[in-house]
Amino acid sequence: MSAEGYGEAAAELLSAAGAGVFDEVELERDDGALVRGVLLPRPQYGDPNVLVVKLPNGYNVGIDARRVKSLRRVGRVEPSRGAAAPAPSPKPGLPRVHFVGTGGTIASRVDYVSGAVYPYFTAEEIYSMVPELEDVALVSAETLFNVFSEDMTPRHWSAIAERVAKVFESEGPAGVIVAHGTDTMGYTAAALAFALRRLPGPVILVGAQRSSDRPSTDSATNVLAAAVTAVKAPFAESVVVMHAGPDDTAFYVHRGVRVRKMHTSRRDAFRSVNAVPLAKVELPSRELKVFARRFTPRSSEGVVLEGGFEERVALVKFYPGMSPEVLDFLVDRGYRGVVIEGTGLGHVSADLVPSVRRATEEGVVVVVASQCIWGRVNMNVYRRGVELLKAGAVPAEDMLPETAFVKLSWVLARAQGREEAVRLFLTNVAHEMDERSEEWYYPPLNYFERYVRG
Amino acid sequence: MSCRVGLEIHQMLDTRAKLFCGCPTELRRDEPHFTFRRWLRLARSELGELDPAALFEYSKGRTFVYESYLDGSCLVEMDEEPPHPLNPEALEAALIVAMALNCRIVDEVHVMRKIVIDGSNTTGFQRTALIGFDGWVDVEGKRVPVSTVCLEEDAARKVGERGGEVLYRLDRLGVPLVEISTAPVLSSPEEAGLAALRIGQLLRMTGRVKRGLGTIRQDLNISVEGGARVEVKGVQELELIPKVVELEIQRQRGLLEIRDELRRRGVSPGALDQRPVDVTEVFKGTNSRVARRALEAGGVALAVKLPGFAGLLGREIQPGRRLGTEMADRARYWAEVGGIFHSDELPGYGIGGGEVEEVRRLLGCGPGDAFALVFGEPRKARAAVEAVLERAREALEGVPPETRAANPDGTTRFMRPMPGRARMYPETDIRPIPITGEMLARLAAKLPEPPEVKYERFTKVYGLHPDLARKVLRSYRLDLFERAVAEVGAPPTLVASTLEGTLVELRRDGVPVQNLTDEHLLDVFRLVARGGLVKEAVPAVLKYLAENPSSTAEGAVRALGLEPLSVEEARGVVREVLRGMEGVIRERGMAAFGPAMGAVMARLRGRLDGALISKLVREELERLLKGG
Ligand SMILES: [Zn+2]
Repeated sequence: MSAEGYGEAAAELLSAAGAGVFDEVELERDDGALVRGVLLPRPQYGDPNVLVVKLPNGYNVGIDARRVKSLRRVGRVEPSRGAAAPAPSPKPGLPRVHFVGTGGTIASRVDYVSGAVYPYFTAEEIYSMVPELEDVALVSAETLFNVFSEDMTPRHWSAIAERVAKVFESEGPAGVIVAHGTDTMGYTAAALAFALRRLPGPVILVGAQRSSDRPSTDSATNVLAAAVTAVKAPFAESVVVMHAGPDDTAFYVHRGVRVRKMHTSRRDAFRSVNAVPLAKVELPSRELKVFARRFTPRSSEGVVLEGGFEERVALVKFYPGMSPEVLDFLVDRGYRGVVIEGTGLGHVSADLVPSVRRATEEGVVVVVASQCIWGRVNMNVYRRGVELLKAGAVPAEDMLPETAFVKLSWVLARAQGREEAVRLFLTNVAHEMDERSEEWYYPPLNYFERYVRG
Repeated sequence: MSCRVGLEIHQMLDTRAKLFCGCPTELRRDEPHFTFRRWLRLARSELGELDPAALFEYSKGRTFVYESYLDGSCLVEMDEEPPHPLNPEALEAALIVAMALNCRIVDEVHVMRKIVIDGSNTTGFQRTALIGFDGWVDVEGKRVPVSTVCLEEDAARKVGERGGEVLYRLDRLGVPLVEISTAPVLSSPEEAGLAALRIGQLLRMTGRVKRGLGTIRQDLNISVEGGARVEVKGVQELELIPKVVELEIQRQRGLLEIRDELRRRGVSPGALDQRPVDVTEVFKGTNSRVARRALEAGGVALAVKLPGFAGLLGREIQPGRRLGTEMADRARYWAEVGGIFHSDELPGYGIGGGEVEEVRRLLGCGPGDAFALVFGEPRKARAAVEAVLERAREALEGVPPETRAANPDGTTRFMRPMPGRARMYPETDIRPIPITGEMLARLAAKLPEPPEVKYERFTKVYGLHPDLARKVLRSYRLDLFERAVAEVGAPPTLVASTLEGTLVELRRDGVPVQNLTDEHLLDVFRLVARGGLVKEAVPAVLKYLAENPSSTAEGAVRALGLEPLSVEEARGVVREVLRGMEGVIRERGMAAFGPAMGAVMARLRGRLDGALISKLVREELERLLKGG
């Protein structure tokens, strides 16, 4: 007998009747209304003294416990987790693909009695959600940890990198797929790109913008496209595979160091910035088309892992009127690196220049990226840029601010001294920077004109 | 014949925006701006919970193509953005409807996701919430229980199907609907019709619902004694309800008679364990176009014996529909095979007597046996035969419980097996919404007036004759009457007799009055109220508008030459006519009034009030006789 989540008035009513959640109850309200159904746990939000009752027709209704004249327990239902997933039957001789769960849900099942959604992360459930995989790969799966995307830290990046390296070494899969919440997927993808220096196959981050409990989830097709990538890709880099548009038929493989979540909710939220995607996967044909002219191929010479990220690194966005105290605070607190998202070609206000100089003098690496997102930082064009360079600021070139942040964290965990850190930071490690900016990197501005009528 | 009928009425609400986003609620006819393609899926482990119909639809692996308008749908309908909070205008309308139907109101509204995987919802579920329960509505003295009133989002409109793709348009997706379910207590076709009318009238009286074709949809569940519960979906016209019920009773009775006859003939379920026989050879040189086309495309001809069914497949159970039709419907649904025939309709359709005899011989049919014949691709043809046998087995039981769709003539056709229990789980993107006592007290003031109060007002204030007042109160156009009187200022008796008398007469005369919208009628009444149309001309103007729906009332008046005359103009016409018949008048004196009136009316009918014309004729007649 439990009054899960309920307030005092409701709990009192229930305990007097010897009733609790998942009991079938019959109650009469003060207006004579009779209600019979299964008492469900109270959701966290809303009035805790309103009983949630699931009626025989499947609807949930809220009945205010303070209006209930009488309540009687008439039975009990057991919430079920449904039937176990049927045993998959993958075709023999398929390449292996290993799934690492970090908190993104790929498969889940709904209990229509309690309304609860149970996420799953077993090979059986992945096959159950994406039966097409039986023709694509021999799947294995493990849950490494279960954290929300926004709770990920550089320590989690290292743990994932270590696990991926280990799986490649000991099990030799064609590729490893990391299920990850989408909010910070870009950061983790960049981190894996720096930490996994040599790989026999790609490490693919995949997630869902629509949760896996709904029939329209993008999880299943994203996973299928990721598995196709794992099996077919000629490259062995850290990539993100997500929808290429609102259709369930096309998916882009983005380079982890070049990808950014650019929309709060759309399936095609991820975009390659200052680059085009590495490849495209099409469904249902399961074809993979490579766009990239240069990539790191699969290696047969064993995995090279260089994990570890400096945690005293900050990513700060410059804004008009920003106080130099923000920067000073970080330096005072012992931060070893700061990436400033500056304006335009890489600028901050004059007020901040002395603080940049002081940070540099104290051995802190101050990187300037651009809040324009698209384009390259160039600090030689305007006086302010030149002043910042003189003060010791390091330009992030055409790197995404987030990638610059991850890279600086990685660099500072291994470089000896500031000078080496700056040199390493300005070295292309994982295709995260490019001296050439090609025309097609920037999406055309007239995309909307095809819809203009008349 | 006793029957039990329950109603499920879906009515679109007239809100500015959709239920979970700010998009408009109008349907579109212009070309959509763009399309996108999706699949829906459930974890295989959940499929066990699917009912056969859903599982079958699902197993087809369809691609759904959605057509969309930039300014008509947003990311919410595309399932690219979470739903916005429940539209308060729609909630208020649903509460008013539930209260008008005397429902108990929930203390907290919980929006649910009802799994629907035919693609009509981009999410794969329909959002729906129960607002009220345990209400009632009085129908001609009988208290009919209203089980539930729910607020839900409408589905996308299906606009086509090609190959493995189903086409939907997103304009309708998300339009708020109220769904009203009555208990299955209606016991005759007429009562079902009246209950639907009464509920429809109440909905319109709230002033919160959309009007016009396609804005209300009635589903019926019908069972006769010894029969089964059959759902009939999508009756769009109120007038059709009694007919649908009547024909469904007829069908269920017909099926029960067939069952009894089969039992008399000693046909057992075991007798239907028949294997199809490949009779392709028989049709090598056939004259049947359907057969030839199927065989040329690499298909086969399969025949199956139906022992003891002779004469029963062709027996009519609804006008033009037979047990054989029901088998063909099933074969089309489960196997998507069109070329299916039964022995009671053969020879025919280009299939000759010789071919029929040969098939009977190959199947070993005796005189009491029937057979079904299917042409199609081998796998589909086998599935079609299975569907036929399954329907034949059900014939031994009587009436199969199933979901049927209404045809425009009131007959019904098989749509799908009865759905299983709805699978619902909470819509966690929408917070539960508390309904407070203050809220309900405020809305109580907005409820439509009860019928007794209306009757008093119609007879006392509007001066309607009691019979006419009762007619208006029973009318589906009750709200239109109120608007024409209160908003437009037309004379109540004229409005009432036009709506309840003239329209009926015009329909009887074959005038397409279904073309007349509320706007047409209000337009006519407005013109009357302004003095731009005399009441005698109303029928002619309505007839014109029904035949020319794009015209306006003024346009009709002009086209018919029915502009009202001033008294002086009319007097001129009267004088002119009387002068023309001066001889008769002199001869008969005032007794010539009758013929004079007739001659004048021929010129002035519909252009001036009749009483006024009569007065003018009398005056002019007297003047002529006096003046000499
Ligand atoms: Zn919208």
